Amino acid sequence: MSRNGPLALSFHALVVVFMLAPLVVVCLVAFTPENTLSLPTHGFSLRWFRAVFERADFIDAFYNSLILAFVAATLATLIAVPAALAITRYQFRGRNFFNALFLSPIIIPHLVLGVAMLRLFALMGVNGSFAWLMLAHVVVITPYVLRLVIAAAIGIDRSAEQAAESLGASRWTLFRQVTLPMILPGVAGGWLLAFINSFDEVTLSIFVTSPATQTLPVRMYVYATESIDPMMAAVSALVIALTAVTMIVLDRVYGLDRVLVGKQ
Amino acid sequence: MTTAPRRWTTPTLLSAPALLLFTALLVLPLCLTLVLSFNVFDYSVGVKSDAWTLQQYVTVFSDSYFYEIFWRTFWISALVTLLCVVIGVPEAYILSRMGTPWRSLFLILILTPLLISVVVRAFGWSLLLGADGLVNQAIQALGGRPLKLLYTPFAVIIALVHVMLPFMIIPVWTSLQKLDPAGEQAALSLGASHAKVMRLVVLPQILPGVLSGTLIVFGLAASSFAIPGLLGGRRLKMVATVVYDQYLSELNWPMGAAIAVVLLLANLLIMLSWNRMVEGRVKKSLGE
Repeated sequence: MSRNGPLALSFHALVVVFMLAPLVVVCLVAFTPENTLSLPTHGFSLRWFRAVFERADFIDAFYNSLILAFVAATLATLIAVPAALAITRYQFRGRNFFNALFLSPIIIPHLVLGVAMLRLFALMGVNGSFAWLMLAHVVVITPYVLRLVIAAAIGIDRSAEQAAESLGASRWTLFRQVTLPMILPGVAGGWLLAFINSFDEVTLSIFVTSPATQTLPVRMYVYATESIDPMMAAVSALVIALTAVTMIVLDRVYGLDRVLVGKQ
Repeated sequence: MTTAPRRWTTPTLLSAPALLLFTALLVLPLCLTLVLSFNVFDYSVGVKSDAWTLQQYVTVFSDSYFYEIFWRTFWISALVTLLCVVIGVPEAYILSRMGTPWRSLFLILILTPLLISVVVRAFGWSLLLGADGLVNQAIQALGGRPLKLLYTPFAVIIALVHVMLPFMIIPVWTSLQKLDPAGEQAALSLGASHAKVMRLVVLPQILPGVLSGTLIVFGLAASSFAIPGLLGGRRLKMVATVVYDQYLSELNWPMGAAIAVVLLLANLLIMLSWNRMVEGRVKKSLGE
């Protein structure tokens, strides 16, 4: 029932192949039995996956990333939800400024944020600290939560809130019983998007991590600049698998197309 | 628009945690970096925080090494942006014309690489483009001679297009969603050719989406770090990788800070002027 002509569909097929090729190749090479980066033409092997689990540095980096993304996404949600309600529910001086400030990490290159935070942390003597790395991530991922929560808060029917208010509900009750349930998909979707973005972040993190607080993307980046072997493909395949699982959850909770293109 | 009370205490209290964090970890560090870029640097003693100089900026704008890197970053980003428009706009249009199950399936397939770590995607391209990678194996199988692809601008550009394409498709897709198909059908039923419908009905309406995609792609490409870092090698530097070198190998922080400040200002300047120009044109084309 497609209205696209054969030319359009061939173009589309090329784009899909282009977008998926590097990911598919990574997943195939991860199963190679050879010592070199080659496609598994003579049978599959799990030896490089085993090699990953024997590398304590990669395992530690993975746990660092997981804890970091979990806590940073939670903190970002805790500060973004009230800010989003302030921006959508109140007319106040500085409203546009707050909105622009809280969304600005999307426009400012992560590289610039990375060197800026490196300077601050170095002056404070806290560079390489896990807690400060976490706060740095909160700044970077807050805009993602904020955008989804603002979209959710604008989209809901205000009459329920007004009814509760006129019936004398306190502000906390109003938020907990009426507003929060209605914006919950936006909040949950924002949390997951923030989680993924924190888990993947490399450019800022590379400046403000120490060997002890290295995140998985930073560990992978540093490893890939030094040597390239099929273990890197195995780690990448694991990251792809984990991202895929998170995306399925995100799709169930909020709708992947809604997160990605923000439609209805 | 908002009917809520015009008092300022509640909204300020609600925004206070975010405001506190963003002041301490965004505004303050950016100001410190600006200050740092004017500090005197000495290779034997490091940063002299009470001595001031414009030396870093003079070097950035006069040294041919930095000039070359800024120029390379600019043309690579411009080319990546152009390729994203050429590929992304038709692709978004094709997607929007698909039937129900296929449309969301392919939209997700094309956009989800966005959520996979950029390091993984760069590694994937290095597998494809390496000396004995898949592309060269295919060339040899067809009887050609292997090409040096990795650590060339070609590798950086193709990987950047891969990373940036979703950022072009998303805004174009969003403006296509707002497009009323009745306009297209009306034009077609009145005998307009497909090309004419495209040019006079569809394109003017998706132009804002294309332009905002252009902005995002150019800004992200110009400051990209992991792709040139992994696929450009040691010799093919872009602005972000040079800043990294200045901070972490040369240890010349004021120099790195000056380049970062120039990058940030150039980015903001291009975005703001482009935005202004675009708004003017869109308003004009909509007859406002």
